[in-house]
Parts: sequence; structure tokens; C-alpha cells
Amino acid sequence: MSVAPAEVELERPAGRDDAERDRPWIVIVWNDPINLMSYVTFVLQKLFGYSRDKATRLMLQVHNEGKAIVSSGTREKAEHDVSRLHAHGLWATLRRD
Amino acid sequence: MFRRAVERTDEGDFRVVLSPEEREILRGLPGELRSLLDEDARNPALRRLFPPAYEDDAEGEQEYRRLLEGELLAGRRKALAVLEETAGRERLAEDELHAWLGALNDLRLVLGTRIGVTEELYEAELDPADPQAAELALYLYLTWLQEELVAAVG
Repeated sequence: MSVAPAEVELERPAGRDDAERDRPWIVIVWNDPINLMSYVTFVLQKLFGYSRDKATRLMLQVHNEGKAIVSSGTREKAEHDVSRLHAHGLWATLRRD
Repeated sequence: MFRRAVERTDEGDFRVVLSPEEREILRGLPGELRSLLDEDARNPALRRLFPPAYEDDAEGEQEYRRLLEGELLAGRRKALAVLEETAGRERLAEDELHAWLGALNDLRLVLGTRIGVTEELYEAELDPADPQAAELALYLYLTWLQEELVAAVG
């Protein structure tokens, strides 16, 4: 098998760039052994206005599965959310969905 | 022994019940972390305070740091200053309590990274012969206090 030649890139449908741009960015919180479960729940409620139930569900997902998507939107919004999570000591990253 | 160190009062602020020795520790720790921040905010001991925002986009990461590192650093210094200045107080306003939470969490992140905390630590017995016993005890004390603060504000 071989890698597709670079020219193929030029033949992609014209609409793809728009779709690329429209794909939202997601904010991921990763599990770590220091941040307390109660504190992570508190931060998710405080920053995103989530109910205690929703914040607890996300916190448990981080704890049990290692990560959870906690918000999404434009790149600017996602970056802002990550910075607020970093300000609160959570380990958060953003990437295109 | 069970005690509540922090409670919301009927007036909406918070009552803090700690010994003079505990308050002395809380007054002293912010200066230690501030010294580390002053020396070099990129010190590996501080890496957990400034995690990467992008997993694999060096350019995005550089831009993120350029735009936000200063703001994040200033926020951390501010919370540390509040803890230092109000460590002796018996009553705290809600915004001061939030500053305590942030400062305690930063102290735990740096101390916990240095000790190499794992999730099993919380169930383990403290061994007084462990060369890290003093730091571990401090870490566990800050953990207990942070739980108290979250319970009071939540």
C-alpha cells in the first residue's frame, strides 16, 4: 500500500473548507490525582453554570474514563473556557471536534 | 475527631475556625509559592499550574501562552496574596473564600506534583519514617481544608 499523492488534496470538494470551519471546538478536562472530586464539580458549576447533577456526571466521567468534554463552541470560546479551567487548576485542553 | 473548619453564616459570609498554628502555616505558604513564581514561572515544579492548552498544535500553544500566561499568573498571585492577608481572619467574604480555594489548590498542585501524588495516596497510612512524611502531612492537611471550603461554599 502507499500513501495517496499530495495532488489528491487539491481535488477535494469545494465545500470542505466551510465544513472544516464550522466544526466546533471541544474542551476536554483530563483526570489527575490531585484535584479533588468535590472541587472539580464545584468548578464546573461555577464556570459553566451547570446544575450539580450535570457537573457531578461530568466529574465522574473524568474520574472513571480519564476525560470528559465539558464545553464546545468557536475556537475563541473554547480557548477562553480552557483558560478559565487553567485558572482554577484543572488540566484542560481544546481541539477541533 | 470531626470538626467543621468553615461554615456559611446566616449573614452570608463564612466563619473560619482554625488554630493559630494552622493560620501561621497558611500565612507562610503563599510566600513560598510566590518565590518559585518569581524565580521562573516555567520551573518544572510549576508545570502543573500551567498545563498546555493544545495537545498537538505548537503554534496554537505559543499563541495561547502569549495571550494568557500573564493573566493566569496575575490571578494566581492575587489569590495567594488574599490567603496571606486573610489567614488570621475569623470571617471571610465569599470572594475571599474563592481566593482561598484557588490558592490552596495551587499549593496542592505544586506540593502534590513534587511528592508524586497518586490516587492511592488518600487511602495509605502515613509512615513517619518516610523522608517525605512532613510534606505528605502538609499536603493531606491542605486537602482536608480544601474539602471543608468546597463543602461550605457548595
